Amino acid sequence: MCTETTIAHLYQQHSRQVLATLIRLLNDFDLAEEALHDAFASALKQWPQQGIPENPTAWLVSTGRFKAIDKLRKTHRETALTPEAIEWETQEQDTDALHLPDDRLRLIFTCCHPSLNAEAAAALTLREICDLSTEEIANAYLTKPTTIAQRIVRAKRKIQTAGIPYEVPGKHELGERLPRVLQVLYLIFNEGYHASEGETLIRHQLAEEAIRLGRLLTELLPEPEVYGLLCLMLLNHSRRDARTNAQGDIVLLAEQDRTAWNQAAIAEALPLVRHALVGPATGPYGVQAAIAALHAEAKSAADTDWQEIYGLYRALYARSPSPVVQLNLAVAQAMAGNLQQALITVARLTQTELTDYCPAHAARADLLRRMGRLSEAADSYRQALALSNQTPEQRYMRQRINECEKN
Amino acid sequence: MKYLCLVYSDEQDLHGLPDSPEDRECAAYAQTLAESGHLVAGEALQSVSSATTVRVRGGEVHITDGPFAETKEQLAGFYMIEAKDLNEALRIAQGIPPARVGSIEVRPVRQLQVD
Repeated sequence: MCTETTIAHLYQQHSRQVLATLIRLLNDFDLAEEALHDAFASALKQWPQQGIPENPTAWLVSTGRFKAIDKLRKTHRETALTPEAIEWETQEQDTDALHLPDDRLRLIFTCCHPSLNAEAAAALTLREICDLSTEEIANAYLTKPTTIAQRIVRAKRKIQTAGIPYEVPGKHELGERLPRVLQVLYLIFNEGYHASEGETLIRHQLAEEAIRLGRLLTELLPEPEVYGLLCLMLLNHSRRDARTNAQGDIVLLAEQDRTAWNQAAIAEALPLVRHALVGPATGPYGVQAAIAALHAEAKSAADTDWQEIYGLYRALYARSPSPVVQLNLAVAQAMAGNLQQALITVARLTQTELTDYCPAHAARADLLRRMGRLSEAADSYRQALALSNQTPEQRYMRQRINECEKN
Repeated sequence: MKYLCLVYSDEQDLHGLPDSPEDRECAAYAQTLAESGHLVAGEALQSVSSATTVRVRGGEVHITDGPFAETKEQLAGFYMIEAKDLNEALRIAQGIPPARVGSIEVRPVRQLQVD
């Protein structure tokens, strides 16, 4: 392999690790990014002549740090440096001593700090941890690069001025801080997962980035909820090709072609459930992963263990008692056979907390349709249609309204 | 770094809820912070009904009754603290007793640029 190819490969494999360490040492995102690029530029110049160093990652951190300190000295800003950055010596060639994986985890906790708003945290994570360009992030979010750039700049500024540290929270604080990290990952995932027509392809990238991050996080921090989230994302993503038909219309879970589910994703996900389930201490992602696993394992919709799923939704509601979880709980209850009771709950939700939530009206309509109350069902589908802003969803509602009116 | 922890609360809730802190508890917390070297200064404030607002416009002084802004939650006190970083400041802020009934805004202090 020629040196340039090796360097390109190294960039792909290790640039985020090197960056994370430089951010810790230099205490500054922008300075660290410049240093990273300077280090790779030096590698491109020196390695073809001098050969590839024994520990390239350590060489890159060391060179980047040196370039940054040089820059700061020239502009008399060396006071910004951490003592560690100044003392940090090139002789430190042992990769373990560099704590590189720790630095990536630190950076994840910094980017997903609860004092940053979730959208900004998502953009910053995609930029700094996943190495997506501002343009790629903007494409995925269907927004302008300037909007994303601004979001990232503001987040970085807040990290600096508010003094958000680069640290993994201690054991006693992890319980408070980890949910935010998982929330940001799931937000990125869902942004890609709930893509509507025409946008599907580019937005799958977000779901895939979130899964990659999830995998990284299980390596760095093997906590049950981390496994739960990764498992849940993989299982949801395994159904991506079956969720819409050739016309881009929505296909409900019960009607999906299960042979179109991605078996590789399912095979990766199922063994993770075991790590996510820790008895009564199981968290909300673990429970959702278990629900998704039951769907993945069922040979057909009719074959699904709805009693078990209903029980798991009750466990989920006990952990996160939100109106949306209550809606899902009621739908599971209906699938488990109790339509009457489910309708009472869903009807109440559509009149109270979930008046403006399209899926609640759609769920009410589905229940009424299954009970043969078609004109009421049509009314509910119309309400859902009025609240929907996704084209395929709107088509689905119109189709159902037609069916209900015909019969 | 220095942070100012601004204590905001509905004045009714500050003393009227089962979870409302007593003065003794607030004083004890300030004492703990002083002993650990985190407290720079901290005081509780009189009710906003005692507030007076001063403005100077074109050299003219305007004095009005009441607080700067009429909001549901009022400034009830402050802690100026010294903390290693935001995480430490947030740990200190969550221990401030009125956090249970109101909210604590944590703001980093800005160095004035004088040179």
